[in-house]
Amino acid sequence: MGTKRLGRKNNVLNFRDHYIMLIPGILFFLVFCYGPMYGLVIAFQDFYPLRGISGSDFVGLKHFRELFTNPFFLSVLRNTLIISFYKLLICFPAPIIFCLALNEIKSHGFKKAVQSISYLPHFISWVVVSGIFLEFLSPSRGPINILLKELGFEPIFFVADPKYFRAVLVITDMWKSVGWGSIVYLAAITNVDPALYEAAEMDGAGRIKQILHVTLPSIMPIITVMFIMESGKILNDSFQQVYNFLTPTTYGVGDVISTFVYRMGIQNMQYSFTTAVDLFKNTISFILVVITNAIARKTSDYGLW
Amino acid sequence: MKKNKIRKTKEDYIVDIIVYAIAILVAVSILLPFMQVITISMSPASVVNRNGFHLIPHEFDFSGYSKIMSDDNFWHSYLNTIIRAVVGTFLSVSVTILTAYPLSKTKLPHRKGIMLFIVFTMYFSGGMIPTYLLIKNLGLLNNFLVYLLPCLVTGFALIITRNFFMTIPEALEESAKMDGASNFTVLLKIYLPLATPVVATIALWYCVQHWNSWMDNMLYVSDQHLYVLQYLLQTILNSGQTPDMEQAVGIVVHTETMKMAALVLSLIPIVCLYPFLQKYFIKGMIVGSVKG
Repeated sequence: MGTKRLGRKNNVLNFRDHYIMLIPGILFFLVFCYGPMYGLVIAFQDFYPLRGISGSDFVGLKHFRELFTNPFFLSVLRNTLIISFYKLLICFPAPIIFCLALNEIKSHGFKKAVQSISYLPHFISWVVVSGIFLEFLSPSRGPINILLKELGFEPIFFVADPKYFRAVLVITDMWKSVGWGSIVYLAAITNVDPALYEAAEMDGAGRIKQILHVTLPSIMPIITVMFIMESGKILNDSFQQVYNFLTPTTYGVGDVISTFVYRMGIQNMQYSFTTAVDLFKNTISFILVVITNAIARKTSDYGLW
Repeated sequence: MKKNKIRKTKEDYIVDIIVYAIAILVAVSILLPFMQVITISMSPASVVNRNGFHLIPHEFDFSGYSKIMSDDNFWHSYLNTIIRAVVGTFLSVSVTILTAYPLSKTKLPHRKGIMLFIVFTMYFSGGMIPTYLLIKNLGLLNNFLVYLLPCLVTGFALIITRNFFMTIPEALEESAKMDGASNFTVLLKIYLPLATPVVATIALWYCVQHWNSWMDNMLYVSDQHLYVLQYLLQTILNSGQTPDMEQAVGIVVHTETMKMAALVLSLIPIVCLYPFLQKYFIKGMIVGSVKG
């Protein structure tokens, strides 16, 4: 066992094989993660692809000043924040309620079946989810609209109607994540000491009281942590989701930062301005995540790193 | 275990009703949209265009499937996706293991620095435009490698693999080294066989990621021969807004049944893998949520 103690000087040599193993991985992170970070300098330039980064002129903070006077950006920022806020408000509690309900179900087979069904949407791409929901919410074929018509209402084109577009985003997000999101909480519930329930029962607590005073408090720490971490992601819009539902009629309410960057940057080639938009978003997101993680770590043992 | 009561109280019944109602509501609202898609995919067009619910098929007609299956573009993109899923998963898993193993050694010099270098990329990125320009400058536009390289390693997969390696007792390594095994042999012959559950987890992870990926296709690939399934599916689903015009230009017209048939076909591998996905993804998620 003493062979490992070769002294500090030989340490790096001793780990030569390990460093060789690291080469492909480090190279990957260097090129494909840090490479684009170097490319961020174009946010401070008037970048022309033909001249490249070294040949383009630096313009300082011009594009960042433009951000706050650009009416499109301000509207897109507002949409991003509103949609994230609704998602936090509605999609965050959903898996908790679902998990509390599952925990009360005695029939093991039924519980397993519901769980299996609820995880399925997690593994499906947003392309497919949007395809499914365009059909499900269709004004002519969708069951919801057929019900509306039966009840004497006009059918609603939910996906293309600015009034309902954000609701569509929130509901499809919930549909995709409710089952999967409950796993974390179910794992926490299994760690609850059964003696607590027995004691509560002895004291005459009914099932509602047991849920409220035993189950819920015991998963409260993880709920807090998840909530703090989710709220740090308020600027992280879901490009994959929004892009697949967005149409020009709903740009006013549904266009978010990433879809805006895609349209203006890739399609209209306003490289410098959109890079500034992205850099602005990524920097604030990063700061928020660091802060929320630090808070989450203080409140409990959980955390991202 | 809660004690079995002899008599259920009124409260018990109320709780049962609410709890089962929530569970059934979730299950049904997830299943209904799928049922509609499957029903439309196997119904004749005349039925689909008729008013009424399409949740259970009344008449069967698989012409949607046969039409989409005779479309060469569809098969081509299906094959591209299978290739990228198989090759990409293999590459990703290999590089992830190779990177995770040295980082599991607490005595590795500069370990903390390297971890920070990697973890930072999980929370900050250059964004869409600089990444696009980089890919362009590397000559990866319209190149199959663009499906494999930019998504080679995921920080999260790397960390759960490293965490798992760290739980393997060091004594195993030391005794193998006494027998003259090199570091590579130790990784391949000792660590890897013990790490099958975590390798399965990350392999399925990468595989699903590849199967569902379409953004790299949209951003970097315009050559139709290199299209992947999800992106082709997106163009199929979005097509047919103006069927007459498309027919006039000679483009295949995708009817509702064909669109839904394509969608169902894209889901088949996920459904086949589903039992494994459930088992290993959940394991990974629980391992991942524990601090390492």
